[in-house]
Amino acid sequence: MFSHTCPIFLHNYIILMAKITYITDDNQNHTIEVQNGLSVMEGAVQNDIPGIDADCGGGMACATCHVYVNDEWFDKLPSKEDGEEDMLDMAFEPKKNSRLSCQIIVSDELDGLTVNIPSKQG
Amino acid sequence: MNKTDALIIGAGPTGLFTAHQLKLIGLNCEIVDNLDKIGGQCIELYPDKPIYDIPAVPECTGEELTKNLINQIKPFDIKFHLSERVDEVKREADNWTVKTNNGTIFSTPNVIIAGGVGSFEPRKFPVKECEKFENKSVLYSIKDKSIFKGKTVTIFGGGDSALDWAVELSKNSKVNLVHRRDDFRGAQATVDTVKELAKDGKINLFTKYQISSIKGEDKLESLDIKNDDKETKTLKTDYLLGFFGLIMQLGPIANWGLNIDKKTIEVDTEKFETNQKGIYAVGDICSYPGKLKLILSGFHEGALAARACFKLARPDEKYRFEFTTSSKTIKDRLGVKSD
Repeated sequence: MFSHTCPIFLHNYIILMAKITYITDDNQNHTIEVQNGLSVMEGAVQNDIPGIDADCGGGMACATCHVYVNDEWFDKLPSKEDGEEDMLDMAFEPKKNSRLSCQIIVSDELDGLTVNIPSKQG
Repeated sequence: MNKTDALIIGAGPTGLFTAHQLKLIGLNCEIVDNLDKIGGQCIELYPDKPIYDIPAVPECTGEELTKNLINQIKPFDIKFHLSERVDEVKREADNWTVKTNNGTIFSTPNVIIAGGVGSFEPRKFPVKECEKFENKSVLYSIKDKSIFKGKTVTIFGGGDSALDWAVELSKNSKVNLVHRRDDFRGAQATVDTVKELAKDGKINLFTKYQISSIKGEDKLESLDIKNDDKETKTLKTDYLLGFFGLIMQLGPIANWGLNIDKKTIEVDTEKFETNQKGIYAVGDICSYPGKLKLILSGFHEGALAARACFKLARPDEKYRFEFTTSSKTIKDRLGVKSD
């Protein structure tokens, strides 16, 4: 169970984390541990990763947390909910592998996920 | 020149309730908003989404909340300046002189910024060269459709604005409609009309394509579109229209000498005043230790900022705290009968 996650022992609780790598437009890699259950957007915002604005705060209403997901990971993610593709119409330079990072929830399965942050959010 | 006790920037829920509080304590105010309607993010981003954390309102949508707030300020005479963006705020003697992009000028001792995440602006084409033709042949909204008569117009987008204009302009212009995927998010009836018109050759439909470059020296001549398989097509065009919705941008607020960190303005928690005397920030745009981006926090912040405005607007009077349940003065202002 722990082979893919990094547990942090805190008092009596075990918080499960997954390693997420954010690659910014200037090719800087930021690998951080994000708690399971948070979104990839929240992981970026809480850790001051530049380039994710998340203006609407995760409501799937603004398309400013747009990321590109590496091909090897794209198909492993839970599929898009209604409305995400609609919002991606408005994103800056959407591609086939575009996702809204507020809709990707971190879990054990996503340990090692890599996302690329576009040059702009709008 | 409009003289007012307080100018509110932003007609979202926080701006509206702040106006209510100002009027209740006997100050007048005017509101400026860059959107063409009242309601801010509530009306632009989530009019139909239910909100569950407004005190004493178990559930309401963004639109319902806005309607109720408008009802609540109905007793008062508040002037709205919609589709206007505040560009300049300058100190002149004891007042702030505020200018909008439409040339409206206000003089006021109090400016309350209730600007959310900034003003809503159209999202633009990712191709940088488009800036050169912006407002000439590259447009993000239409003011006068007659300019397109007999011309070739290339429209981008998959929502109602893009589809409605494609249908409308196809009557008198040659229309190309380009969208990044096969599905459209506009109303089904309009999507059907567009597909009919495309079948009849009245609209040239290009799906799964996006803009890659534009050409033209003094005037726009053509653009290239590219699909996911990197196939490119060149389209001759006179006009380029982009309908990608709106995005919030801090915009000119950044130039007013305020302490700004991560798109929010630092304030104190007594008056919600910024580092500039007489300029306050309330709602999502303000920050202080413990700030919560909730609508209810915005209401509290607006109520306190309104009291702070009183001091600067009525320096010779003393503010007296009163309850709406018992104050005759307040009931008179509300136009309700006193017991």
